[in-house]
Amino acid sequence: MTVGQMRFRIALTALVALILTVLPLPTWLDVLRPAFLVLTVLYWSINTPRAGGIGLGFLCGLLLDVFQGPVLGEHALALSMVAYIAVREHQRIRSKPAFQQSLLVFAALIFYEFVVFAIDGWTGHPVTSPLRWLHCLTGAIVWPPAAAILSYSEGRLA
Amino acid sequence: MTAFGTAAGRPLQGRGGSPGFRFTLYAVLAVVIMYLDQRARYLEHVRFLLQAAAYPVQLVVNSPPSAWRWIRESFQTRESLRAENERLRQRQRDLELMSMRYEALAHENGELRGLRDALPPVADRWLPAEIINIQLSGLRQRLLINRGVSNGVFKGQAVLDDRGLIGQTTHVGPWSAEVILITDPEHAVPVRVDRTGLRTIAVGGGDGSSLALPYLPANADIRKDDLLVTSGLGGVFPEGYPVARVAEVHRDAVQPLAQVRALALSHINSDTEVMLVWFRQGHPASPAASASSAAEVKSGNAAMQPLAAPPRASTAARAEAAAAGAAGAAAPPAADAPLRVPRPRRVPSPAPAPSAAATDDNPAAPQAPAPQPAAAPGESPPPADTPAEPPRPQS
Repeated sequence: MTVGQMRFRIALTALVALILTVLPLPTWLDVLRPAFLVLTVLYWSINTPRAGGIGLGFLCGLLLDVFQGPVLGEHALALSMVAYIAVREHQRIRSKPAFQQSLLVFAALIFYEFVVFAIDGWTGHPVTSPLRWLHCLTGAIVWPPAAAILSYSEGRLA
Repeated sequence: MTAFGTAAGRPLQGRGGSPGFRFTLYAVLAVVIMYLDQRARYLEHVRFLLQAAAYPVQLVVNSPPSAWRWIRESFQTRESLRAENERLRQRQRDLELMSMRYEALAHENGELRGLRDALPPVADRWLPAEIINIQLSGLRQRLLINRGVSNGVFKGQAVLDDRGLIGQTTHVGPWSAEVILITDPEHAVPVRVDRTGLRTIAVGGGDGSSLALPYLPANADIRKDDLLVTSGLGGVFPEGYPVARVAEVHRDAVQPLAQVRALALSHINSDTEVMLVWFRQGHPASPAASASSAAEVKSGNAAMQPLAAPPRASTAARAEAAAAGAAGAAAPPAADAPLRVPRPRRVPSPAPAPSAAATDDNPAAPQAPAPQPAAAPGESPPPADTPAEPPRPQS
């Protein structure tokens, strides 16, 4: 597979994830909505660390900032941190069974949300509702099927 | 982009530095961007461009809900349409009955304030806008609307619906604008209790419908069902627009402050359309003049430009002014009528004080200095019983 194909596929999945992220939903469902773009970045960082990595995390984070960040650069920083951890540990994470992967993804999502939470507070836009942490749980639950779908897209386009 | 432009075959450490190095690079970049956006505000233009680029995605994302709404509307039965028509007709009749005395009251109010003629309404132009996206991000109370700079929208513009205040614009793109709702915890509206005139600040409650009044002392005169209207302070919202109704008041003997919760009057959760309003600069009730002029409509479809407010000014009042020899022909059409000069008095008495106070608040009215009758050279001559020269000192 060429780099171009890979790049195209990653961009496509990132776009789909972005649309799922900003799709208007009723409040109760919106709180439960997993952070699809974060999951996508995690998947590519773990499975193809050469193509999807810190740069991908940074760009996707910047996209998120444009759509829903109070400050530009907030999600970019958080996502590149998560991507960095995923790239560093990708071999260890990849070899784990799905359930343990889910647990690790849960930890990564908590870390991501904490970084965003901290920056929210420092920049003076705090959201203190405990509901903001809920998406980490649904994200971890959604991880195995999401990873399966992403790997299917990888196999089909390859 | 280094992550993309790599040859997949090379070892991971070999290109563009180690992950640690690249992470440091991106992290520093992100922090710099954050600093520039938050502190220095250098990124207004970048944000403008990014918002323009994001607009197509937002439209696409909004298309399923709007398609659903369209389908539901087009399959409505004749019966329900008739019922709706009936309801609207009734409502219109009620509103007309309510506004029948408006002109007379406005004129009377002008008289009481010592003005020669009634003031034009403070709302100059308005423009309906469609809500594209509610809840741009989970727990913040934001809206995205389909009007932007091309329609003359500016940052910090008031957004209303037919019941009350909704919020104000924060980020304005070329075709879209982000609105922060009055119920967002980051938003605060200066309000006045309509019954008592007590002024305070209403902060968003963060749950989509409520506001909190955290700065009222425990002995403040406020009770359930009090109406809160904008106080006109703060420079964004004009005076006198309904905001919320007090829902509960807790007075705790130990606490120095009362805990007051109010429910927003606007139907934020069920609206699909909101109103952007331009206020008349130089009106006593308008917010303090801002740098961004409302008049600068740059380009765009004529159908999407703000509408001028219908001429509401009293024909009766104008006829009366003409009859009084006040050169009624000089009265411009009400839609762009400037603030009238207060009626000059022969003896400076405490009576004109309210009008003076009202106009002095407002730096945009050049002809406002109230006690001097000879303020406006271009104005129509004052009525016959007033002197043309400045008032003589009392002897």
